[in-house]
Amino acid sequence: MPKDSGIGASSKRREDVRFLTGAGNYTDDINAAGQAYVYFLRSDIAHGRINSVDTSAAEGMPGVVKVFTGKDFEGVGGMPCGWEVTDKHGAPMQEPPHPILAQGKVRHVGDPIAAVVADSLEQARDAAEAIDLDIEELPAVMDMKAAAQDGATLVHDDLKNNICYDWQLGEADDAKVNEVFANAAHVTTLDLVNNRLVANPMEPRVAVAEYNRGTEEYTLYTTSQNPHVIRLLMCAFVLGLPEHKVRVVAPDVGGGFGTKIFHYAEEAFCTFAAKACNRPVKWSASRSEAFMSDAHGRDHVSKIELALDADNNFVGLRTNTYANLGAYLSTFSSSVPTWLHGTLMAGNYTTPVIQVNVKAMFTNTVPVDAYRGAGRPEATYQIERVVDKAARELGVDPIALRRQNFVTQFPYDTPVALTYDTGDYNGTMDKLETAADLAGFAARRAESEASGKLRGLGINCYIEACGIAPSNIVGMLGARAGLYDAATVRVNATGSISVMVGAHSHGQGHETAFPQVVADMIGIDESMVEIVHGDTSKIPFGMGTYGSRSLAVCGSAMVKATEKVIEKAKKIAAHLLEASEADIELKDGQFSVAGTDKSVAWGDVTLTAYVPHNYPLEVEPGLEETAFYDPANFTFPAGAYACEVEVDPETGQVSIEKFTAADDFGNIVNPMIVDGQVHGGIGQGIGQALLENCAYDENGQLLSASFMDYAMPRADDVPFYGVDHSSQTPCTHNPLGVKGCGEAGAIGSPPAVVNAVLDALNSGGKAVDHIDMPVSPSRVWAAMNS
Amino acid sequence: MYNFEFEKPSTIADAVAALGAEDAQALGGGQTLIPTLKQRLAAPSALVSLSGIAEMKGVCVDDDGSVSIGGATTHATVEAEAADSYPAMAALAGQIGDPAVRNRGTIGGSVANNDPAACYPAGVLGSGATIITNSRQIGADDFFEGLFTTALEEGEIITSIRFPVPQAASYQKFLQPASRFALVGVYLARFADGVRVAVTGASEDGVFRWSEAEEALNKEFRPDALMDLRINPANMIGDLHGSKDYRAHLVGVMTKRAVEACM
Repeated sequence: MPKDSGIGASSKRREDVRFLTGAGNYTDDINAAGQAYVYFLRSDIAHGRINSVDTSAAEGMPGVVKVFTGKDFEGVGGMPCGWEVTDKHGAPMQEPPHPILAQGKVRHVGDPIAAVVADSLEQARDAAEAIDLDIEELPAVMDMKAAAQDGATLVHDDLKNNICYDWQLGEADDAKVNEVFANAAHVTTLDLVNNRLVANPMEPRVAVAEYNRGTEEYTLYTTSQNPHVIRLLMCAFVLGLPEHKVRVVAPDVGGGFGTKIFHYAEEAFCTFAAKACNRPVKWSASRSEAFMSDAHGRDHVSKIELALDADNNFVGLRTNTYANLGAYLSTFSSSVPTWLHGTLMAGNYTTPVIQVNVKAMFTNTVPVDAYRGAGRPEATYQIERVVDKAARELGVDPIALRRQNFVTQFPYDTPVALTYDTGDYNGTMDKLETAADLAGFAARRAESEASGKLRGLGINCYIEACGIAPSNIVGMLGARAGLYDAATVRVNATGSISVMVGAHSHGQGHETAFPQVVADMIGIDESMVEIVHGDTSKIPFGMGTYGSRSLAVCGSAMVKATEKVIEKAKKIAAHLLEASEADIELKDGQFSVAGTDKSVAWGDVTLTAYVPHNYPLEVEPGLEETAFYDPANFTFPAGAYACEVEVDPETGQVSIEKFTAADDFGNIVNPMIVDGQVHGGIGQGIGQALLENCAYDENGQLLSASFMDYAMPRADDVPFYGVDHSSQTPCTHNPLGVKGCGEAGAIGSPPAVVNAVLDALNSGGKAVDHIDMPVSPSRVWAAMNS
Repeated sequence: MYNFEFEKPSTIADAVAALGAEDAQALGGGQTLIPTLKQRLAAPSALVSLSGIAEMKGVCVDDDGSVSIGGATTHATVEAEAADSYPAMAALAGQIGDPAVRNRGTIGGSVANNDPAACYPAGVLGSGATIITNSRQIGADDFFEGLFTTALEEGEIITSIRFPVPQAASYQKFLQPASRFALVGVYLARFADGVRVAVTGASEDGVFRWSEAEEALNKEFRPDALMDLRINPANMIGDLHGSKDYRAHLVGVMTKRAVEACM
C-alpha cells in the first residue's frame, strides 16, 4: 500500500508550483539598484601570446565605468583546484596558475582577456569591440596523445610538459599484470572514446555582486550548486576577503548537472569589480558564452583489456586512459579521472587483478570537470562495453557472463580501494529481466525485422559511489575540502519547522523530500516543515549538492539534528506529563507516557520551549539543533539496464524503442522524485550515446558552439522509460539507509544504448564490434559499410 | 545588437521605398536575421518589416489551378491553408523548425535567405515555382545561385511565390539532429510533363536538381529506377553531422522514399 505522506510517499514536488508558474527567483531576476553590467572580451583563438591589450579607446566610450585586464589582477590569487592528485611516482600534480583574466597567454577559445563594466550591457559590448588586441597566435594543443610527446607545444610554458599527472591505481607490479594476461584463456581489447559534453543547464550562469562601503560587506548572488564552497574558495584563495564579510546566495538555480559546482572567474571578477567600481556589477552569460566558458564533461580516450580464464571468469583488467583537463584546472577536475573513475573499475565484478592508468592532459580547450556522474560513467562505459564485446567474442550470453562474475559477498573489498558495503546484483538483474520483458524480445525483434528494421538488445550493469566521504580518507587522497554536511532544525514556537540545510536544490526536489523525512520522524504534516538552502547567511555550513550526496550526507545531518530536537522535546514533554523521560514516546505528533493514556501534543511542547513558564529548569529554553555529519563510507547504488533499439539499415538512424532501468538505491524517501531523477539521467545518457558531441577542429575552434550544432536530446528522442526500484539493499552506514539516485541514469545508460546498437547490427549480419559515441546515423552507416 | 531604425510599412511600394535607404534590410519573420543581429554579425541601418503588408499574406488558388503563397505568409499558415490545395507543400511547411519558428518564419524570408539546409528552397525548386517580386517574375531554376545567394537585387522583395501543383509530390527530410534543418531533404514533384527532384542540405553549392534521377524517373517512375544511380560525393557537405559519402548516400535513400510516397 503506497504511503500518502512521510518517508516512502510520492508527495508532489511543492517547488514545482513556483517553477511552473513563473514565480521562481533566479539569479538573473535579481537586480541591484544602480547596477552596472560586465561584458567579457573572450579569446577567439585557442592559443596565443598576448603582446598587448590597449583599452584606451574603450575607456572613453559612452557609459563605460571601468575596463579591466589581466594586469588589474596581478596581485590577486587565481582560481584554485580543490584536489591535489599525487602521480604514480609520488610527485604532486602539475598545477599551473589560472588567472581571473588572461595573463601572458590565452589558452582556449572563450578565455577571458578583458572585462568592461558599463552602464548598460550594449555599451559594455560596444567598448569591448574598441579594445585593441595584439595576440600572436600559437599552435593549438588539441590531440591528447600528441600533447603527451616530448617536444610538444606547451599549453603552460612554466610546466615541464602537458601532463598534469600520470596516475595509477590497483596492481602496481606490471610484471604481475602481464602474467595474468599472458596466462589468460581469452583477452578482449577495446579502444574507445568517452565523448566531450557540454552540460547546458537551462539557466546559463549569472553573477550579481554588491559591495557595501558602510559595512564593508559583500554579497554575491550566483548560479551555484554550493554557495559555501564558493565563499570559502573565493575568500581564502582568490580575493583574500574575510569570510564573515561575504555573503554568497544561490537562489533558485535552473539546473546544474555538475557544471555549477565550480568556482568560476566571473564570480570572483564581479565581487572584485563591485568594490573597485563602487557599484553593483551584474554578469549574465549568453548561451554562446556558456558553450565556451562552462566547464565541459567527460573527454576520455581509453584502451581497456579484459582477461578471462577458460571458464570465462574475469581474471584481470587493465586500462590506459588519456583524460582531457582542458587549458586550466577547474575546481574538482583532477579528482574526476582518478578517485571518481579509477576506483570504480571493478564494476559489479570480482576481477581480482586490476590496473588503472590515467594520464591527465592540458590542451587548448575549455576546462573539463565533473558532469553528472563524473568519472563513474567513464568507468562504467569502459567495463560494460568490454564485457559485452567479450561475450560476443566468446559466444556466450551477456547476462550470464555478467552474473557469473558478480560480486555476491558483502562487504567486498575491491582491488581499487573501495569497500562495497552492500548490494544484490543478481537480485537487481532478476528485476530487470522481468521489468524489461526480456523473454518477449525475440518476438519484438521479429516484428521489427518484418518492417525492415534491425532490432538490438543492450544490457549493462553499473555500480557507482555516491556521497564521497569520509573526510579523513578523501583528505589523504588529496582533497582540499571536507565532505561532510550540516543541517540546523529550527522549531518555531507554534511547532512549524525550518530546516537550514547545506545541500542545494537545483532541480532535485529537496524542498519536498527533505521535509518528508522530518515530518515522518515527528509524525506531523509535511506542510509544517520547510527547508532553507542556498544562502551562507542563513545556513550553518554546507558542502552543497553533487555526487548524488544530498540525502545520504546532508539528509543524515538533518536526521541527526532532528533526533537531538526530539530528545530535547521529550525532556520538556516528560516535565509537562510529570513522567520519566525514558517513558516518553513520540508518535503521530503526540508525546505520550508509555502504557498510559497521558499525552501532550507536539505543538504544546514546542510552545512550552519558547514560553517556558512550566518548564524543566535544567533544560535551556528554545528548540533548535544543529548537526554535522561525516559519513563512514561512500554509498554504492547499483543497477542493471536494458535498452532496445531499432536501426534503419538504409540510413543508420537509431531509435530507442524501449528502455528499462532496475536500480538499487536502498531505501527511498519519495519514489516519484527518484523515478524522475532516473528518467532525467537516462535522458542525458541517451543524449551522450546518440546525440551530444562537443567537437573542436585542429585549430581549437569549437565546432559545436551553439544548439545549431550541439544536439541536446529532445522529448521525441527518448522513449517512455520503465523503472523498477524494488530491489533495495539499504546502505549500512547512514541513518536513512539511502544511497543516492541523481546520477545513476546518466551512468548506466550509455553502454546499454551502444550495446543495443551493436547487437542490432550484428543481428543483421554486420560484424561491427564498436562505434564511438555519439552513435550518429552517419557513424552507424559508415560502420555498416566499412 | 547594434542600433538600427525600424520601419513597418503597410504597402509594397512603401516597403520598396524604405529599402532604398543605404544598408536598409528587409525583415521577414526574423528567424535567421534576429539571431544574426543579436550576435552582432550584421549591422543594417534600418530594418524594414514586411509583416504589416496585407497583400503579401495568405494562400490562394489561381484560375489556372496554381497555388500562390504571399511572401510574408508564415510556415504555420502555409501548413494550414495549403493543406487541401498543395498538401505536399503544406507538409513541408509543417516540418520546418518548431511551432514558434513556424508561427514567425515566412516563406519569402526563407527563400530569399537560401540557407543551404532550408526546406523551402527544395520545395520551390522541386515544384518549378515562379518567384514574384515587386519588379519581376523569376523562374525557380534561375533564382537559386548558391549558398545564401539568389537572383534578388538589392532591395528587391519576394511578394509571392506561384506553385504549379503536381500530380503527386513528396518531401523527404532527414533531420540534422541539432538544428533539425535538413541534413538531406529531397522534394520530388511529378507533373504530367515530367519529374522534378530538388535536393537541399547536401551540396556545398546549396539546393540543386538531381537531373540524373529526374531522367531515370521520367523513363520509369518507380523506386528501382534509382538503383544504379550514385551522386558524386565530391561536392557534398561533410561536417560533424555527416560525411560527404553519407550525404551522397542519403540523397539516394530520400529520393527513393519520395518516389515510394508518390506511388
